[in-house]
Amino acid sequence: MTETTEPHTLAEPHTLAEPHTLAEPHTLAEHHTQSFPQAARGALADTQLRRNLGHATHTIRAKRAAAVAEMGDWEELREAGRAIKERTLRHLDQYLVALELSVTRAGGTVHWARDGEECNRIVADLVAAHGVDQVVKAKSLTTEETRLNDALAARGIQALETDLAQLIIQLAEEEPSHILVPAIHKNRAEIRELFLRTLPEAPADLSDDPHALAEVARRHLRERFLSARVGISGANFAVAETGTIAVVESEGNARMCTTLPEVLITVMGIEKVIPTWQDLEVYLQVLPRSSTAERMNPYTSLWTGVRPGDGPQEFHLVLIDNGRTSVLADEIGRQALACIRCSACLNVCPVYERTGGHAYGSTYPGPIGAILTPMLVGVKNAPSLPYASSLCGACYEVCPVKINIPEVLVHLRGQVVSGQDSVKPEAVVMNLAARMFGSRLLYEFAQRLGRLAQRPFARGGLIRLRLPGPLSGWTDARDLPALPPESFREWWRGRDRE
Amino acid sequence: MSDAREAILDRIASALSEVPGDERAIDIPVARDYQRQGKLSRAKVLELFAERVSDYEASVHRVSRSKLSAAVADACQSLGLKSLALPLEVPSGWRPSNVQIIEDHAREPSALSARELDAIDGVLTGCAAGIASTGTLVLDGQGVCGRRLLTLVPDNHICVIQTTQVVETVPEALARVAGSVQDQMAPITLISGPSASSDIELSRVEGVHGPRNLIVLLVG
Amino acid sequence: MLDTPVPPARVALFITCLGDTMFPDAGRAVVELLERLGTSVDFPQGQTCCGQMHFNTGYVSEAIPLVRRFVEAFGDSELVVSPSASCVAMVRDYYSRVAEVSGDQGLVDAVAELAPRVLELSELIVDRIGVVDVGAYFPHRVTYHPTCHGLRMLHLGDRPLRLLRAVRGIDLVELPGADECCGFGGTFAIKNSDTSVAMTTDKVRAILDTRAEVCTATDSSCLMNIAGSLSRQRTGVRTMHLAEILASSE
Repeated sequence: MTETTEPHTLAEPHTLAEPHTLAEPHTLAEHHTQSFPQAARGALADTQLRRNLGHATHTIRAKRAAAVAEMGDWEELREAGRAIKERTLRHLDQYLVALELSVTRAGGTVHWARDGEECNRIVADLVAAHGVDQVVKAKSLTTEETRLNDALAARGIQALETDLAQLIIQLAEEEPSHILVPAIHKNRAEIRELFLRTLPEAPADLSDDPHALAEVARRHLRERFLSARVGISGANFAVAETGTIAVVESEGNARMCTTLPEVLITVMGIEKVIPTWQDLEVYLQVLPRSSTAERMNPYTSLWTGVRPGDGPQEFHLVLIDNGRTSVLADEIGRQALACIRCSACLNVCPVYERTGGHAYGSTYPGPIGAILTPMLVGVKNAPSLPYASSLCGACYEVCPVKINIPEVLVHLRGQVVSGQDSVKPEAVVMNLAARMFGSRLLYEFAQRLGRLAQRPFARGGLIRLRLPGPLSGWTDARDLPALPPESFREWWRGRDRE
Repeated sequence: MSDAREAILDRIASALSEVPGDERAIDIPVARDYQRQGKLSRAKVLELFAERVSDYEASVHRVSRSKLSAAVADACQSLGLKSLALPLEVPSGWRPSNVQIIEDHAREPSALSARELDAIDGVLTGCAAGIASTGTLVLDGQGVCGRRLLTLVPDNHICVIQTTQVVETVPEALARVAGSVQDQMAPITLISGPSASSDIELSRVEGVHGPRNLIVLLVG
Repeated sequence: MLDTPVPPARVALFITCLGDTMFPDAGRAVVELLERLGTSVDFPQGQTCCGQMHFNTGYVSEAIPLVRRFVEAFGDSELVVSPSASCVAMVRDYYSRVAEVSGDQGLVDAVAELAPRVLELSELIVDRIGVVDVGAYFPHRVTYHPTCHGLRMLHLGDRPLRLLRAVRGIDLVELPGADECCGFGGTFAIKNSDTSVAMTTDKVRAILDTRAEVCTATDSSCLMNIAGSLSRQRTGVRTMHLAEILASSE
């Protein structure tokens, strides 16, 4: 009997850097050592979170469906999106080298970082070399993954988040709970209160109208944009053929960060490269409809290197691995690297909708997080995440690049099991069950034994018993039917005789 | 630095050890069965463009070439603009007479700074293409499109687009500007409506950092 | 009518471990229904369990002998039917993976050959037998929950609904949020019981909102989850497998 394939560990599993220790309710510090079920329990009882998140996810779900229904060629776009990523990932080294060449030819400088620490060091060195102590930053999940802001702070450099939700999170000293709408767990009243407390630009009579709140943020940030000398951004895509970086956004803060400063540093995971300019036509169509459910997001910036007289005169691209090559090595798990961070999977997930992002204890929550995080940090460092799913498949259905998340979840569960202690109670039970199912005699005997064993507890068709251990999770909330007096096969055999 | 590069490339090669050595990237098929060409009539394309741009709370006006300057003047008036920045290349036939005009010279000392732009009420530019299916303007950072700064800092943007510049689909628009990207490394900006945010309870809020007002003049 | 499918003369029944042990009424209904429609039913007695629980929980090697057993029990059957969408999805979508892990090319081939012949009940009736009116009579208010495996893996579409709509006397009510998971997820209900219960609660609420007497589905496992909650809360609403409704007559 062959074992399931061991994941190729080529490098040490990369630990996502230690989370903030904070006083606010949604901290990771309390959760990062908790398993998902433990963290979920607390989150499920948070009525504000349940309400905000339930409303938000259901709203965006319907909008996304409408935006997609408009497209007669949606399935064809998804398939192309999947195939282009497959092609790219299977020849990733070739495309990264080509990207490096194009970016360099266009006047940019390419840096390589093996892990988050190296990435942070490169960025901090670049910033420090320009003698600035403040940078403006457009939202980048990759920099959250590496905890860049903390590393810069340790070097005396303040990184100002300029994305409205990121600003909110930064001011509240919290962790993001959603990859696209990080402050989704906050409602307008909470945001108003926060701005009044932390922003000098907030007028005393500030209302909680979203327009008013956005106006305050705009004024607060404009001055910082105009005086910033260094900007930091992430990247949605990088085109190997031309050296073009693509940033997709709504507010204009990324345009500010990537156009106004003299120096631009872009941090990008190595999996974001795509082969040709033409390939953008697929992703720029599927991303907006999947993420914000719009036909097109307000601003997409596509810049190539350095352009004299227009924008930053110094451009650095930092390519980061940080565990992605481990994911790449897993033939089934590799598809997770196709992710374009649209968050459509989060928005349809019945688990995420109820537990929120913090319960996943990582930069990437929801269905994509449940597969990406264990592969980035090593399955044994996140063994509960692959089980944080009922395998309903809603995520796969909406993924614009057709990542078969349920398939990868089950695959990772196999890795958790093959890496675990075989005397674990669950493993013993599973083993026994397998033996029982492995023999007709044993199976039929177990059926009869079950009917016998339940006798003291079975009344009115139900088993009146609190099941022991983890099985109590069932009986605490649901009735358990008693085994009927005759199994199907017994009935069948009786029928045959007639 | 090159240590990291070699290390990462090595890791990738090891990770992909099951990929046959003689497999080329293009051996992995990519079916492009999605729509790559427009199917609508010209009239329908322009109608769709106007409709979809206005869906974003940008206003769209169809004007004839001879009336363009007046239309720009009207737009300036409706927005309450006193000053208007524009790229040097913008033809005189576009320029309004009712506001102070400040030209931006891309590569000379008279290139406008961000702070100077912040003090100017609005900007007038052309564009490189328009996408009807998504209501998108495509700027290429050259000529009448102007430097990227111009369409970012001021609060009001008036954009002139020729009917011949409007295509139906995203693939067609990207193909149009591919050449300038490949040959001149032109910076491309796609604009679909004014700035917006959905971060507060997912309500779409207009105007966070980019221009809060966008007026599109469709000429031809 | 040239396109009328020829109803299969015989079909082998995969009752599933859960159906066999805990929900034999659904199995009996399948037999009665198919015989009424002119299809004879075989029951290969070597069958036990499809291995889904083991496979989905990560116990892949334990699932291998179960796959073998299934192939042995049903390899000679022209057509196999099961009243469980999730078990059919396991066979059609994941047996190839288990066989691959086993490293046994013979098993890989056997699975490839057998899997396409394994159908869920509504697929068999609508596609192969070619009817939607099965002559059923069930004068009750019913709501239908499309289970996740049936919905997203087998793409059953509206087959179960078409069958239900043709039932005489039925008052069929649409379930709000129908495509949302009921929270069962196999061992998920145990390993993440709090989240599971939260999901089941919302599913039950939707069912109660329809004022239906009966909630039906193509999976006894999901129905067991829903019924457990309906019963615990003393709602007076019951569950029935689709087969039981279709087998009902005057």
